[in-house]
Amino acid sequence: MLYSVIGYYSLILGLCFSLILIFFSVRNFKNSKLLDTKILSFTFLQFFFVVISFLSLVLSFIFSDFSNETVFNNSHTTKPLFYKIAGTWGNHEGSLLLWLFVLTLFILIFLLRSKNQPTKYKILTLVFQQIIIIGFFVFLLKTSNPFNFLFPAPEEGLGLNPILQDPALAIHPPILYLGYVGSSIIFSSSLAATSLNLITKSWATHIKKWVLISWIFLTLGILLGSIWAYYELGWGGFWFWDPVENVSLMPWLALTTLLHCILVLEKKLILTSWVIILSISTFTLSMCGTFLVRSGILNSVHTFANDPERGLFILIFLFSLIFLSLFIFFFFHKTNKDTSASFFWLSKETSIIINNWFMMYFLSVVLIGTVYPIFLDVLSSQKISVGAPFYHKLIIPFLIPFLLMMAIGPKLKWIKSNLEDKIYLIILLAISILLSFLIVKNFDTNFLLNTILISSALYLFLITLRDFFIRKNNNISQNIAHFGFSLLIVSILFNNLFSTEIITNLKVGETFKSENTKIVFEGLNQRKEKNYQSIIGNFSIQNSKGKIENMLPELRIYNQPNIVTSEADIKTTLISDKFIVINLVQSKDYFNIRYQVKPFMIWIWFSVVLISFGGLISFIKKKV
Amino acid sequence: MYGRKVKLRFLFVVVILITLVLSVFLVLKSLEENVVYFQSPSEINTSSELDKKKIRVGGMVKKDSISITANEIKFIITDFKNEINVTYTGAVPNLFEEEKGVVAEGFLKDRNYFSATKILAKHDENYMPPEVKAAMGEK
Repeated sequence: MLYSVIGYYSLILGLCFSLILIFFSVRNFKNSKLLDTKILSFTFLQFFFVVISFLSLVLSFIFSDFSNETVFNNSHTTKPLFYKIAGTWGNHEGSLLLWLFVLTLFILIFLLRSKNQPTKYKILTLVFQQIIIIGFFVFLLKTSNPFNFLFPAPEEGLGLNPILQDPALAIHPPILYLGYVGSSIIFSSSLAATSLNLITKSWATHIKKWVLISWIFLTLGILLGSIWAYYELGWGGFWFWDPVENVSLMPWLALTTLLHCILVLEKKLILTSWVIILSISTFTLSMCGTFLVRSGILNSVHTFANDPERGLFILIFLFSLIFLSLFIFFFFHKTNKDTSASFFWLSKETSIIINNWFMMYFLSVVLIGTVYPIFLDVLSSQKISVGAPFYHKLIIPFLIPFLLMMAIGPKLKWIKSNLEDKIYLIILLAISILLSFLIVKNFDTNFLLNTILISSALYLFLITLRDFFIRKNNNISQNIAHFGFSLLIVSILFNNLFSTEIITNLKVGETFKSENTKIVFEGLNQRKEKNYQSIIGNFSIQNSKGKIENMLPELRIYNQPNIVTSEADIKTTLISDKFIVINLVQSKDYFNIRYQVKPFMIWIWFSVVLISFGGLISFIKKKV
Repeated sequence: MYGRKVKLRFLFVVVILITLVLSVFLVLKSLEENVVYFQSPSEINTSSELDKKKIRVGGMVKKDSISITANEIKFIITDFKNEINVTYTGAVPNLFEEEKGVVAEGFLKDRNYFSATKILAKHDENYMPPEVKAAMGEK
């Protein structure tokens, strides 16, 4: 009760500070000398109140204060402490409060870290950021107040959806939001720089850090979600082209493109308008992601029950932000005519631009596949879904030139260059074609396409691998990230080609036999935990070489809410994952069993970690 | 005539336009081919022509209709007006239960038989797929 009151009024105070900040900034914009410390302290106070508000929600969850509606809907006294805390952002209201928390945190850090930037630029960035912050404050207070009272206070809460009670998913939202919200700083800052005509090389260096930090978090956030989906949903895969996954991929694509363009801008001061457009669209896509996931519009298997009316608010807010940014872009942006002259087709910037095209193409494919069903539903009330074949068909063929450009591009120099050590490039290409030919030969899949695909992925792999050893003027961060990407693509390709799956229904004691595999359902064990009961299946699985492995997939029957979840049992080795998941069908004697052998799973995770590690190194290292 | 720079820029614009047109064409074409339509048992029953393509059927799993053998699961999807028999080989999601909403993806054999290739999972016991909700709303 007490916490709710404190939390609620802190939010209102925080909103007041937004208004005060905007008022001061606009009034003293012209003579901005005195403003610095004042603005900093107000921003700090705003952050402080949002923290108080956030903490009081966390405390309400920890102490299971069911007079708070959000706590009542999403918590339960028997839940472990860790998930009580994680439950804070496992719901709509709490996750928006987390957004707000990160928004205010980032603007504070921004002000602290950019002491030597022009004051006007700082103030303008702050104003744009405050506009976003106000939007979120109003949204939170008007439509999704996390501190609503319930009277009389219920004895017990409804509990958190059990599939969210998982360590990976507990930290997934904060990490992902750090990425999403980081793009808000890029958005505000590029708008401020545009209005003041400040898009320069030094601005690029300064904003690059923010691009990197949000890119790293977004990458890791997507990774966590993907790992969670792999072992918790029991679908035996890591990416399903589900709308909720797509909306996190879209800002990532835009942000990755932006990252590369910023590098060009930093060196050459070209592509300025493109950088601004990308900054705007990255943030817009992040907002869209939140909107689509939270409004319940998306027809997704991930969807959780929620309230569509909230969608309208975000939609209006989103459109006013887009309108504002386009207005600023068209009226304030001046292109520097003289710089666009020195272009040569065989140069680093050309290859980056070409890869930008591909990225934009991938982005539009994902965008269309995600929103087309929504539009069709609105226009003709026809219900459709767009599945993996659509994306595969449109994306995979274009991966080949994309990978080749990625392999050769970094070998080029800025402005004008000849390819260095051509012989090596050709030898490596020959090796990768030969290798992939030998690999694909033994499998009667789509031969030509797979050979070319694997060759180009291997090519990038070999080239980046070689770069670790030879280059003097080594751009180690780029090298690591590109190496990680090639590893990712190679692993995904092998994973897709060589995965095997057995799905069958078995009773206890029965045996399934196929050519290479024998699955024996040995028995069942039961165990009782604090908030769930688990049934553990005991399987022994014999592969073609006669090696027997024991696997223990689990079914958890949660008591509040009463939901069954499957916990897959996964045996990971460097070469492949063995994955088994069971399900009980309508309390009959049969268990539905899915057993998969998936090669190179661990390398998929590892490569994404490598990619973000590349970003981290670039973030840490001093300017070269 | 025109300078080198203008020519280059012109070429640039043309290339952009061509790629744009090409990608729009590709996207539309593969949308047409790969989109999966959703139908309720009643719509299937009243439709003049049977869909040959992959579709989704949604509704409630009828009470006492699930039967299971070693390699097959059979059940009935109903929207309380019409129903359709479904046979399925594959993995089922956690919340697949009688008298709960379900969406099955697969091919129609005839008006009364549907052979599913996938059954879609939901995450939330309160959540009802919008299509199913709409299909039920018509009752």
